[in-house]
Amino acid sequence: MSGRGEATLLPCSRDGLRLSQLDVLESESVHIFRESAAQFERPAMLFSGGKDSIVMLHLALKAFWPAPVPFGLLHVDTGHNFPEVISHRDRTVVEHGLRLSVAYVQDFIDDGRLRERPDGTRNPLQTVPLLDAVARGRHDALFGGGRRDEEKARAKERVFSLRDEFGAWDPRRQRPELWSLYNGRRRQGEHVRVFPLSNWTELDVWEYIARERIELPEIYFTHKREVFLRDGMWLSAGDWGGPSGRETVERRQVRYRTVGDMSCTGAVDSYAATVDEVIRELAGSVLTERGATRADDQMSEAAMEDRKREGYF
Amino acid sequence: MATPTGAASLLRLATAGSVDDGKSTLVGRLLHDCQAVLADQLAAVERVSRERGLLTADLALLTDGLRAEREQGITIDVAYRYFATARRRFILADTPGHVQYTRNMVTGASTAELAVVLVDARNGVTEQTRRHAAVAALLRVPHMVLAVNKMDLVDYDESVFHGIADECTRYASRLGVPGIVPIPISALGGDNVVHRSASMPWYDGPTLLEHLEEVDADEDPAEQPARFPVQYVLRPQTSGEFQDYRGYAGRLSSGVLRRGDPVVVLPSGLRSSIAAIDRLGERDAEFAFAPQSVTLRLADDLDVSRGDMIVQLDDPPRVTQDVTATVCHLADRPLRAGDRVLMHHAAATVRAVVRSLDARLDLHTLAAEPGPTSLSANEIGQLTLRTAAPLPIDDYRKDRRTGSFLLVDEADGATLTAGMVGALAHPEELAHPEEKATRQ
Repeated sequence: MSGRGEATLLPCSRDGLRLSQLDVLESESVHIFRESAAQFERPAMLFSGGKDSIVMLHLALKAFWPAPVPFGLLHVDTGHNFPEVISHRDRTVVEHGLRLSVAYVQDFIDDGRLRERPDGTRNPLQTVPLLDAVARGRHDALFGGGRRDEEKARAKERVFSLRDEFGAWDPRRQRPELWSLYNGRRRQGEHVRVFPLSNWTELDVWEYIARERIELPEIYFTHKREVFLRDGMWLSAGDWGGPSGRETVERRQVRYRTVGDMSCTGAVDSYAATVDEVIRELAGSVLTERGATRADDQMSEAAMEDRKREGYF
Repeated sequence: MATPTGAASLLRLATAGSVDDGKSTLVGRLLHDCQAVLADQLAAVERVSRERGLLTADLALLTDGLRAEREQGITIDVAYRYFATARRRFILADTPGHVQYTRNMVTGASTAELAVVLVDARNGVTEQTRRHAAVAALLRVPHMVLAVNKMDLVDYDESVFHGIADECTRYASRLGVPGIVPIPISALGGDNVVHRSASMPWYDGPTLLEHLEEVDADEDPAEQPARFPVQYVLRPQTSGEFQDYRGYAGRLSSGVLRRGDPVVVLPSGLRSSIAAIDRLGERDAEFAFAPQSVTLRLADDLDVSRGDMIVQLDDPPRVTQDVTATVCHLADRPLRAGDRVLMHHAAATVRAVVRSLDARLDLHTLAAEPGPTSLSANEIGQLTLRTAAPLPIDDYRKDRRTGSFLLVDEADGATLTAGMVGALAHPEELAHPEEKATRQ
C-alpha cells in the first residue's frame, strides 16, 4: 500500500499508466462531488460519524482542496447514538472548520410529531426529521454514504437518485445513468440523493482507510463491552431501553462493523485492534455487513426498499 | 468476501442475455463461486427456494428484482454487482434481458470494458444474440465474451460449441468487434464459470473468470490525446498561501498532461500552458493521466469556467454547434424533430434543438429506415442537433467519454436520449464492414 494520498501505479503490459482500484474509485467519487457542487445550489452531506460518512468527507476534502468544502454537514441524531461516535463527529467538524446541523429525533417525540415505537428502535423515526431538515435548509441535494454492495434495494440505486417533494423514491422516475454523465436537474421542491461511494465495497472502504490513515471512532476496533443478546445480535446495554425482561448482560470482546442507532446495531465478536486486522477479519467473514449487524434490515425481505421509498437514506 | 489485495485493478463488465439463456443463474453462479455471496444472503435464497418448492437453492434469486418492480410491472435498468479475486475487482452491470433490453443494455454497456453475451447452446445464435452483439458493438465495448451456456443440455458436445462459436465470431468481426472469446459453460452446474469443467475435457481455453481476470482491458492513456473537461473552478479566496489560487478541477477523460505542456482552452481557443498539477493530496505533480481527478493551474490568467475543455494542441476535438449523432432513445415520450432539449456533454450543459431525425435502425434486420417521424423508447437512430453554443466534441468511435452526451427534458429534468457523436454506421457497414472495404 502506498503512502497517504499517493496514486498507486501498477505495471502495465505496454509500459503504460494504470490506476489501482482504489485510485479509480477515489477519482470517480471526487468527480461525483465536483459535479454535485456545480449542479446543485444548496447541497448538504449526511454525516453520522460512521466509517462510510468519514470516508465520504475525506473524499470531499480532497475534491475541493485547497478551497473549503462548499457545503455543510447534516446529522439526524436518534438520541441513541454511541457517545464515542458523537464525540468523534464533533472533533472532525472542529478540525476541518465545517458547519454541522443536527436534527434531533427527540425533539420530534417531545412535541408529538413522532411517537416512540413499542420496540424502542428509533432508526425508522429518522425519516421525518430528515425531510424536515431538507425543507428547512432548502437543500436540493444530500450526499449519502450508501454503497450498492450493501443490500439488494441499493444495488439498483443511481449515483444521482431523484426524490420527489415528499422525499420519496419513485422507481419510475429514476433516470438511466450512462457513461459518467450525471443528470442533477430537478423540479422545484424535489431533491437528489447523491451517493459518491456507490461503487465501493466494504473492503474498498477499509483498504482506503488504511491507505489514507483515516481516523475512526474507537468502537470500530476490539474492546470489552456490556452487551446482551436480542434477535441474534449483541446489542449494547444502555439507557435507550436494553436489556429488558429475561435478557441478561454479559461482557464480551467485540467491535462494531457498522454504526447506527444503538437499539438496532449489533456488535460482532472480534479481536481486531487495527485497520489491518479488521481487513483480515473481513476477508474471512461469512456474513454481509448488514446481515451481521443490522436488526432493522431483517424485519422483512423488502425492509430497506420500503424505508427507501418513504424517504429514508 | 474477497482476499484483501491492497492494489488490484478494476474491470467493469456488462451481461447481455435473457432469463431464458440462464443469465441470472450465470451471474448468481459467478458471485457464489467467487465467495461474493455470504451466508446470510445464501440462507435467504435457500429459504425462498424452499418456499417455492425447489430442491436446491436457485442462484438466480440472488439477482431477483425489487418488489416495487414486480408490483408496477417495470424493470429498473441496471443492477450493479460486486465481486473480487486476488487479482481484480469486478463491477458487473446486470441488465435485465427481455423488457426494454436495448435501453438497459445501452446503459450497462456505456461504462463496460467487456460484454458477456450469453447464448443457449440448444438454440445457437439467435436474432437476440445478434442484437446484443450489435448493441455492444455500437457502444464500442472493447472486449466481448460469448458464453455458450447450458452445455449440459447438449451433452457437452464439442461440435455444438464450435458451430456456435464460429458463427458468432464471423458475425462479430462483421460488426467490427476486434475479438470475441467463446467459452462453453454450464451456469447451473458451474462448469467453466469459475471452476474448470470435468465434463468438457476437449476445452482447453480459460474459464470465464480466468478470462475476466486476465483480459487486458486498459486503454493506455498515453495513446490518447489529452482531454480535460473543467468541472469546477477552485478559488479559496482565503488570506495567506492560497490567496491567489485559481485551479480548474476536473477529471482527465483521456490522455496525459504534464507540467509545462502547452494547452488550448475550448471553445474559446485561448492558449496557455500548464503551470501546475495538483493531484488529490499531492501538490505539484509532474503529470496526470486519465481517469485521474486533478486540479490544473494555467500559466495565464484566462477566463475559464465550468463546461470548458482544456486540451493539448495536437489533435484537438472539433468545436461545433452542429452535431450528427447515433442515439438510443430512453424515455417513454418519443423524440421528434423540432424538440427543444438540454444537452449534457462532458461538464457542459447547453440548449439544443433536434434539427432532424435522419434514420432509425431496425435491430432485427440491421437496416436503417430513413426519415422516421419519431424515435420511441428503446429505438436506435441517427439525428442532427443544433446547439445554442459551440461544443468541443470528439467522435464516439475515437473517445467514448468526450464523444457521448445526454439529452434532457428542460421542464422536468428527465433523461430522454443517450447520444454518441458520429453518424450511425451505415447498416451495410455495420453488418458487412469487410465487404465494404473490399468494394473500395
